[in-house]
Amino acid sequence: MTTARANRFTPYLFLAPAALILAVALMYPIGYMVYASFLDWNPSQTIGEAEWVGLRNYVNLWSDAAFLESLGVTLSFTAVVVVIEMILGVGLALLLDRELRGMAVLRTLFILPMMIAPIVVGLMWRYMYHPTVGIFNRTLKSLGFEPIPWLSDGSWAFASVVIADVWQWTPFIFILSLAALQSMPRSALEAARIDGATGWQITLFIKLPLMMPVLIVTALLRLIDSFKVLEVILVLTNGGPGLSTEIMSLRISRTASEFRELGVAAAMSNYLLILLMLITMAMFTYTKIQERRTAAQRAASEEA
Amino acid sequence: MPRIVFDKVEKSFGSVNVLPPLDLTFETGEFTVLVGPSGCGKSTTLRILAGLETVSGGEIYFDDRPISKLEPKQRDIAMVFQDYALYPHMNIAQNMSFALRLGKRPKSEITAKVNEVAETLNIRHLLDRKPAELSGGQRQRVAMGRALTRDASTFLFDEPLSNLDAKLRAKMRTELAEMREALDKNMVYVTHDQVEAMTLGERIVVMKDGVVQQQGSPEELFKRPVNMFVAGFLGSPTTNFIAGHLTEADGALRVQGTGFDLPLAPELAARVRDRSDGLRDVVVGIRPSSIGLEPTGAQLELTTKVSEYLGSQSVLVTHCGDQEILVELESSDRIQTGSTLSYGVNLSELMLFDPKTEQRI
Ligand SMILES: Nc1ncnc2c1ncn2[C@@H]1O[C@H](COP(=O)(O)OP(=O)(O)O)[C@@H](O)[C@H]1O
Ligand SMILES: [Mg+2]
Repeated sequence: MTTARANRFTPYLFLAPAALILAVALMYPIGYMVYASFLDWNPSQTIGEAEWVGLRNYVNLWSDAAFLESLGVTLSFTAVVVVIEMILGVGLALLLDRELRGMAVLRTLFILPMMIAPIVVGLMWRYMYHPTVGIFNRTLKSLGFEPIPWLSDGSWAFASVVIADVWQWTPFIFILSLAALQSMPRSALEAARIDGATGWQITLFIKLPLMMPVLIVTALLRLIDSFKVLEVILVLTNGGPGLSTEIMSLRISRTASEFRELGVAAAMSNYLLILLMLITMAMFTYTKIQERRTAAQRAASEEA
Repeated sequence: MPRIVFDKVEKSFGSVNVLPPLDLTFETGEFTVLVGPSGCGKSTTLRILAGLETVSGGEIYFDDRPISKLEPKQRDIAMVFQDYALYPHMNIAQNMSFALRLGKRPKSEITAKVNEVAETLNIRHLLDRKPAELSGGQRQRVAMGRALTRDASTFLFDEPLSNLDAKLRAKMRTELAEMREALDKNMVYVTHDQVEAMTLGERIVVMKDGVVQQQGSPEELFKRPVNMFVAGFLGSPTTNFIAGHLTEADGALRVQGTGFDLPLAPELAARVRDRSDGLRDVVVGIRPSSIGLEPTGAQLELTTKVSEYLGSQSVLVTHCGDQEILVELESSDRIQTGSTLSYGVNLSELMLFDPKTEQRI
């Protein structure tokens, strides 16, 4: 009896050190951030000297035009890039899911952008977007067109950061979609051909529905990631011109370092965290529902 | 319902030649079983017929229409796959009606057809389940139902029963045989199981390495196999092959070997005499069922090593000299393991083969 009980507690005993470190390393900064978000805290003060202001930081943010602008930029950036990347990534996967010569090389090339450090991606694109010596404007010029103010005009700058992000992250969706396609039951696709489905109908009625679970998780992952995007935009535009590309993470970093409002920056971070947590929870709920459904199906099939 | 003709159809995958030029005819409304060991090109033949694989050479005709360049949907064919190939995300009704829905048939017609087929296959109660919620046998029925829902002129089956347990397989075999009678369609049925082939086939085509060995009715193939492969492949337990040589004594032909000396039946002796190549060494083929305890005037001394009890029948693994010989007996004839007895051979069922060409004499 006592050994049994001891056995039951042993795992927790071994887990304790890791749990402790995790708690300190993870919970302490988050706790610190949550605490700081209730303070009016200037970096020249120690945290003890800062004034407690309750929810003021959170409330004030909702009348802060710059914050709202930045929230809007983040939401539209996320929506635009995820939609474009999903369409391109899935489309490419559908096109390239076949046995062609040199396909392995092509696939490797496709995933290269994903492997480059974001800062480098930012620098690369900045050079390419350069108003006079960048490859885009030089090409346009040699073809006799007007140069485009890639990074100096508000709308163009937004488009430019979207293009850079799409370039870097479409491969992610491409790879996962391709994996989903290649694990698809081949004979079901053949059965559809015999049933008289055209290529389009097979894609629409068989392939896409079967890929859907993977696509939903992929989209959620991209969604979470694009909310936190920072480096590429930092290097490309640093949020400008004006506030046209100032996404949340940039706004937070500027609030802390330029405006020296640590409490407000912490409150913003918490809003972002809450948003991400909602999305993550949606994802977990989805996978849980999915798992429960397959479990139910398995149980049913075993019963039969 | 077309008459289907394979005219020198060839198929290679890269450098691997799976079908050397293949000539084959499926008559209108015939149920043909394509049988052969795994990897002999049965599925490839069927998939070429369905349009899932292209031909590397030759042509397929439906009546007089060449079809080898047509898409599967233009060939008016329904197929049942070995792994059933149901659409996992659709329920059973949707699975069965997919082709009709693509064909934009009226809703009422689709519902009526699905219900009718579901009724005959006893899967009515499964219509709103997903494939994952069904047992193997039920999935098999649905796959069959999906093919039947389309009124295609030609039905193709690729080892549809091979994933079922023995009992269910026997049951489905009977149902298939009934279906074969009820439906007046071209059907091509692929299997590696000779029992399935014998019970189902109106006409059996035996294949080996992409080459048709023999075609004909089950009885024809069993009684008059053209070569050692067909003789060994059809029938269970399998045919005994023993090395022997021909001798002539008192004007009568006999075949001798270690531990046996048997006279030849008159027709067989005549066929041997008709050959002009002076063949002496032969392979003797004796079916386990041609050996019995009744004396027939052609006796074999056999020592029983193992006796396998199969219910009403028993299979004895015996030795004749250094060769293993299978004997099939009624189980009521109890044979002591280790005993040596004299068995009678039914001489009219004895087969002789040319050891070089493996053809039957
Ligand atoms: N897609 C393919 N690529 C290469 N070889 C194949 C392919 N399909 C079948 N084969 C080869 O062709 C031969 C015949 O296969 P198959 O027709 O499936 O045999 P069976 O159905 O009689 O078991 C096998 O040796 C197999 O390896
Ligand atoms: Mg096969």
